[in-house]
Order: sequence, then structure tokens, then C-alpha cells
Amino acid sequence: MTSLLQSLRSMVTLRWVTGRNAVIAVPSLFLTAAFLVPFLIVLRISLSDMDTAGSPFGGLLSYVDGIVVLKVKIANYLFIAADELYLLTYLSSIKYAAITTAICLFIGYPFAYFMARARPSIRPVLMMLVMLPFWTSFLLRVYAWKGILANHGLLNDLLIALGVVQEPLHMMNTSFSLVVGMVYAYLPFMILPLYANLVKMDMRYLEAAADLGATPLQAFWRITVPLSKSGIIAGAMLVFIPSVGEYVIPELLGGPETLMIGRVLWDEYFTNNDWAMASSVTVLVVLLILVPMAIFNKYKTDQDAEERT
Amino acid sequence: MNGRTFLQRWFGRGWLSLGYLFLYLPIIVLIVFSFNSSRQDMVWSGFSLRWYSELMSDTEIISGFGLSLKIAFMSATSSVILGTFAAFALTNYQRFRGRTLFSSMVSAPLVMPEVIIGLSLLLMLVSMQKVFGFPERGVLTIWLGHTLLGMAYAAVVVQSRLQEMSKSLAEAAMDLGCRAHQVFFLVTLPNITQALASAWLLTFTLSLDDVVLSAFLSGPGSTTMPLVIFSRARLGLDPRVNAIAALTILVVTLAVIVYAVLLARAERQRRKQMSAAYSADQE
Repeated sequence: MTSLLQSLRSMVTLRWVTGRNAVIAVPSLFLTAAFLVPFLIVLRISLSDMDTAGSPFGGLLSYVDGIVVLKVKIANYLFIAADELYLLTYLSSIKYAAITTAICLFIGYPFAYFMARARPSIRPVLMMLVMLPFWTSFLLRVYAWKGILANHGLLNDLLIALGVVQEPLHMMNTSFSLVVGMVYAYLPFMILPLYANLVKMDMRYLEAAADLGATPLQAFWRITVPLSKSGIIAGAMLVFIPSVGEYVIPELLGGPETLMIGRVLWDEYFTNNDWAMASSVTVLVVLLILVPMAIFNKYKTDQDAEERT
Repeated sequence: MNGRTFLQRWFGRGWLSLGYLFLYLPIIVLIVFSFNSSRQDMVWSGFSLRWYSELMSDTEIISGFGLSLKIAFMSATSSVILGTFAAFALTNYQRFRGRTLFSSMVSAPLVMPEVIIGLSLLLMLVSMQKVFGFPERGVLTIWLGHTLLGMAYAAVVVQSRLQEMSKSLAEAAMDLGCRAHQVFFLVTLPNITQALASAWLLTFTLSLDDVVLSAFLSGPGSTTMPLVIFSRARLGLDPRVNAIAALTILVVTLAVIVYAVLLARAERQRRKQMSAAYSADQE
């Protein structure tokens, strides 16, 4: 009987093995073809001399008269390093992403905190209300800010009617409108991981702190905030990384002075038709993003491990 | 709520209300001004359905919308299939070669700026076209890009449901002699249908809304609705865009209500069956 059971078991395991491989292989192949290979091609193009090499796949390595030649063109990178405009654009992208992240954290942390401390019966509703705007078009919601912030837009009309200002304030197409749009679009990405983290917190820590004489503010700084560290990191990364490369919001709400790397990349390809330059800019942005991404992935694996235990 | 003062409670409520106002203000503005009769940006000059009727005769928008629906349907379906595979691999197989690379490739499109994904896919496609003569940019290439993005989202949604699902169910089925594929189709799949449905809807709307990937991957004759809207929005305010917004908000709201009702009904049904099962058990 036991041997029968064992052979049955081993058959089951055998089944698992083939099924298992297929389950892993199908998405792997797709991701390799649609994600990894394109990146390698970008890297390759960024190092190649597009004028002489007809095919972007053609050899970086060539073999002439018994000599293997590795031809790597770093001119694009040198050009980027030498040209102030690129450097300024990188810095300004990081600046706007950092400002967006900071403001999202400032608005989002208390928001998530009060959501998590609300009565359990209304928490799903509060959560749903944060998610709901996701279901309407991001593009249209960003576009709406054009109407709100325009010179004869809603906000200026309101301010004039209230007598706060006499002349309409110039808000559209400035760094102000850019930041408003970015904070608006990315705020839910800050709120959701923070909420998920804060709602799981063990309230007995706070009671213990209060028993030991901590004021609510002290308890908040020294217990709640440190305990929500992983939520803060996740939220900050989810806001910071995509906003570094944001294209749509700067294009619709930003002004001529708001330099963003996403727009430069777009222009290099679509306006200047410079593949190699666009590729080099892309490679540098990816390098810039890899560090925060590694932090994010480490957080995620920690989180997964935590959930499994 | 013990120890919380009156002031703290109202501060919390105020913060939440202002936060929600911020999140919903643009949506309200779009709906209200879609009924504005004036062409001028945001000056209210009376109620009118003018922009809706103009929208109905706007062939560019209408054909773009049809195309967007088609692509969204295709890519939501493929994203959910691939995403479920990926989620299943990540939850059930703790160790396999290349797991770290695999999991970072699955989640990377979630955070990677779309311009970068778009440009790298485009450069690959253009290179392929130079060498092999295909593929032409169009519906299929947009579908490829949207599937890549949607798969990441679908994987997250399905993975969180799979993690909630207790392992003991699958183990019990195995002990009762189920084969792996039977466990999957008879136990796992029915348990995650809800997550699959939300993942499908999420990736559907994601694809319906995408500008950047579509812009990189579209060819002549494959202009999706967001591309039409985006090119008009760049030029300035267009009241017809408000009308589109109001219509999509209407459709989404209806869909959410229908979904909530269906969900509640399914939940009631399940409870009824459960209690029936228990009472039968006691007899």
C-alpha cells in the first residue's frame, strides 16, 4: 500500500516537474524577448557608429587580417558628459522627482495614517476611494489641471472672486504646475503601500509607549515612523523612479524651463532622429534608476519573506 | 480611539477630506465643464450638450476609440495569462535558477519609466525591420508593448491573491489524488477567479489609457484614442476632450457599480452554500 502511494506520489512529482518548467518558461521567454533583448539592443546601439554600421546587430567585434578589433564608440557618452544641457536635464529630472516624492510623502503619510486608524468598517470604502481615480484615464485627469491652473482657469477665478489676488497668477506651464500634476498623479502610489503597512501595525506598542510615559507625538516619531520604514521606502520608490522619466505630465503641464529627461529622450528620437544619442541617454537613465530599483526589490523580497513567516 | 482628543480626530478628518478633494477635483471639473456651452477654456456660460454632439461626428476620435478597445481587449487577455503564469511561478516555486532575474524582470515594467520601455522596444522593432523586413509598426506592436506593461500589473494582483490562498487546499487535493493540472484547474483557478477578473479589468483600462508606449509603437493608421486626445491636449484646451472624459467616467462608474453588485451577489451565494453545507453536515 505504502509503495503504491509512493509511486503515485512520484508520478505526481513528475507531473509537477514538466508543468513547473512550462510555467516558468513561458513568461521568461516573453520577458526576455520583450524586455531584456530590447535593452541589450539599446546598449549596443548607444555604443555603435550608426553612420558606418548598416545593421544595429552587426559586430562590435570585427576580424580583419588576423586581428580581432573591438570597436566601441563612446563619443555619445563623451558628448553627454561635456554638454551642460544634458547634465542640467539629469539634475533637474532628479530635482523634480525628489520634490514630488517629498510632497507626496508629506501629504500621503498623514493620509494613510488616518485611513489606517479609521473604523475598520469604513476602511474598505476609504481604500476604494483612493483606487477609484485609477479607473478613469490618467491622461484626462492630468489634462484637467490645464483648465484648473490656466490664467483664466478655475483656481484664478476663485482667487479673484475671493479677493486674494487682483491679477490672475501665472501658474500654467511653470514648475509649479508641473509639480502639482506630478504630485496629483503619483500620490496614490505613496498612499497605498503606506496604508498597507500602517494598517498592520501592532497597536500594543503604542499602548506600551503611553504606559511608559511617552507623549502621543513622541510615540509617533519613535515607534510608528520607524515601524513604517519599509512602507515609506516602497512608497518613495514607487513615486521617485517613474517620475524621473515622466513624459506626459511635463509635456502637458510643464513649461519651457522645466527640463525633464523623458522629454529630451523623446526629442532625440522623434525630432532629431538620433538613435545613438537617444540610446545613450536611455542607458544613462537606466543606470540612474538601477540603484533605487535595487532598493525597491530588496524591500519587496524582505516584505515577501515577512509575509511568508 | 481612546486617548484621542477632539482636535486630533477632526484634524484627521480634515486631512482626509482635503486629500480626497485633491484627488477628485479634476474629475469633477471635467464633468461639469463638458456641459459648458462656451468654446473658451473654463468660463462657464451656460448648459449645453454641444460638445457631445460634436464628439459623435468626430470620426478621428471614434475610429481611435474602436482601435483602442480592440487593443485593450487583446492585451488584457494576454497580460492576464502571462501574468498568472509569472505569479504562479513566483508564489509556488521558491527556488529555481534565475529566480532573482525573473522576479526583477516581472516587476521592472511597473516602475521603469514608459519612455524607456517604449524606446527600447521601438529600437528593437526598427532594427528587426532593417534586418528581417518585419514587423511593421501597428496594432500588433502596440499589443506587444501593452502586454509587457499589463503583465507586470496582472502578476502583482494575482500574486497577492495566490499568497492569501492557503497552501493546505492544494495539498489536500494532492493527497486526494489530484494531479498537478487538476489541482490547478479544480482548486487554484476557481479560487483566484476574482483576482483574474480584477487583473483583466485593470490591464484593460491601462491599455485603453496608455499614451507613451502607444506613441512609440504605433505606425501610420494605428492612432489610438489616447494618442488623438494627447495631440489635441498639447495644443490647448479642447471642450470635446471634456466630453470624452465625462463619458468615460460614466462608463467606469457604471462598470464599478455592476462589478460591486455582482461581487456582493457572489458573496451572498457563497455564504448561503456554506451554511447549507454546514447544516447538512450536522444532520
